[in-house]
Amino acid sequence: MDRAHPIFDTTASWPGEGSSRVPFWAYTSEAHYKRELERFFYAKHWCYVGLDAEIPEAGDFKRTVIGERSVIMTRDHDGEIHVVENVCAHRGMRFCRENRGRAKELLCPYHQWTYSLKGDLQGVPFRRGVRKDGKINGGMPADFKPSENGLTQLKVARRGGVVFASFDHDVEPFEEFLGPTILEYFDRVFNGRTLKLLGYRKQRIPGNWKLMQENIKDPYHPGLLHTWFSTFGLWRADNDSQLKMDAHFRHAAMISTRGKGGKVAEVTAGVDSFKESMKLNDPRLIDIVHEEWWGEPTVVMTTIFPSVILQQQVNSVSTRHIQPNGHGSFDFVWTHFGFEEDDDAMTQRRLIQANLFGPAGFVSADDGEVIEWSQEGFEQKPSHRTLVEMGGTDTADADHMVTETLIRGMYAYWRKVMGE
Amino acid sequence: MTSQIYTELLALYADYAAVVDSTDWNRWPEFFLQDGAYRLQPRENFDAGLPLCLLALESRAMIKDRVYGVRETMYHDPYYQRHVVGIPRLLSVTQTEAGEVIEAEANYIVFRTKRDGVSEVFNAGRYRDTILRTPDGLKFRLRLCIYDTEMVSNSLIYPI
Repeated sequence: MDRAHPIFDTTASWPGEGSSRVPFWAYTSEAHYKRELERFFYAKHWCYVGLDAEIPEAGDFKRTVIGERSVIMTRDHDGEIHVVENVCAHRGMRFCRENRGRAKELLCPYHQWTYSLKGDLQGVPFRRGVRKDGKINGGMPADFKPSENGLTQLKVARRGGVVFASFDHDVEPFEEFLGPTILEYFDRVFNGRTLKLLGYRKQRIPGNWKLMQENIKDPYHPGLLHTWFSTFGLWRADNDSQLKMDAHFRHAAMISTRGKGGKVAEVTAGVDSFKESMKLNDPRLIDIVHEEWWGEPTVVMTTIFPSVILQQQVNSVSTRHIQPNGHGSFDFVWTHFGFEEDDDAMTQRRLIQANLFGPAGFVSADDGEVIEWSQEGFEQKPSHRTLVEMGGTDTADADHMVTETLIRGMYAYWRKVMGE
Repeated sequence: MTSQIYTELLALYADYAAVVDSTDWNRWPEFFLQDGAYRLQPRENFDAGLPLCLLALESRAMIKDRVYGVRETMYHDPYYQRHVVGIPRLLSVTQTEAGEVIEAEANYIVFRTKRDGVSEVFNAGRYRDTILRTPDGLKFRLRLCIYDTEMVSNSLIYPI
């Protein structure tokens, strides 16, 4: 082995200026991963927790995570939504075990401490001790204050039926966090309509969590990796499209309008995934009906850093929640939904188009696979680096798909926050 | 009579497992009626009455489209799969205008073995079937696979 260029170099710094060459160690270093949790998931950022529609009634709760920290989203009797950390104030137990449910209060079974749906400590068994033979045995110290020993309560932001939370109570307002450009695309989907929950799909992907952000900041791959996109023109280099970011380059929207598909030498010649003769036996798989709220674009994929992706791919709409667990793995939780005004035909259409997405999707299954294979390459030689130079080395918005500018933007932001 | 139906059911389940474990997936759609459906659904959604499936293939034609996807369009790590199907429960047999309708269910486990890996439990669940007797034998009107393994180990490509 070359001593001057070790494969495992724990002192390596970012290679050169800019963000167009990402070192493999950014995906393999456990120390950097912990720093990402601290700086992106646990401070200064709003993280996705769920939809209003998941907990419609008073007392409903949903267990989820922010980074690796288990949290519970609850709806109290006033209709307010709270997010509390799933760690008992007493002995630190992660007490809530169900995915979803309904409760009057939150209970840690170990010593039966109880909390309100807001996270305030309500009950401590034997707090004043137990009287036996005229003597008080035990009890908490006289100066024990329940008001100072509730669950960790997070700051909550709700907009258009979506719930975000932050451990950091000094985080900027949610609207400023998104910035005006991304907020516009957020509001395009979540414009105040009541959402109709369709269900969940979950997968554990053995790759670094950032790879999923990159996947949806990468308009270069869909028309190449995904036969369905290249063949049916759903997402292709000859489609009208725009790539937009917030002022910090951390969030992005990929906006595109479906083209005619079919053979176009410039974008399909030599592309293995393009299947010229492919015809669907059941056309309902892409029975696309234009919805007024789309406006011109047929697809907008929005990445909100670090925790969630908002999907509108023709009639299929979902949130995709990134839940990291270690530097080399994350859980990816898809929540599909529709809207209150959907008739049965539209609901059925959304359910059938969902076959394109998710862990078994005609399109999305490939993404999980290539992320796994990428991570394997990175683990093999962490001192090497990727080339993210399609379309140049800059981090500007673009009006075409033949560029990796959004990934470069994300790493420009990552370098700044991580101090790398 | 019931024991004869039960024997036919055993044969159907054994044949289905043999086909989906082979790479001869072109034969998979033949187990379904033309308007038959194949649904693979996380148990969480099923129990909560939420309609979303991992796969919802609503006709034999759509199942054929899935076969084409598996064979031709989905880039994936190749793997072997091995189904172990438990003893079925015959729930009901009903005579209808369309013919004899059988309701049945069986537990299953699917093991996945990648080329460089060890065998792992990939998907555990329960088939909940509605079957119609036709001149061509028993065909699924609906094969609903309700799986406990809600956290899919990355991606699921081949039919369960």
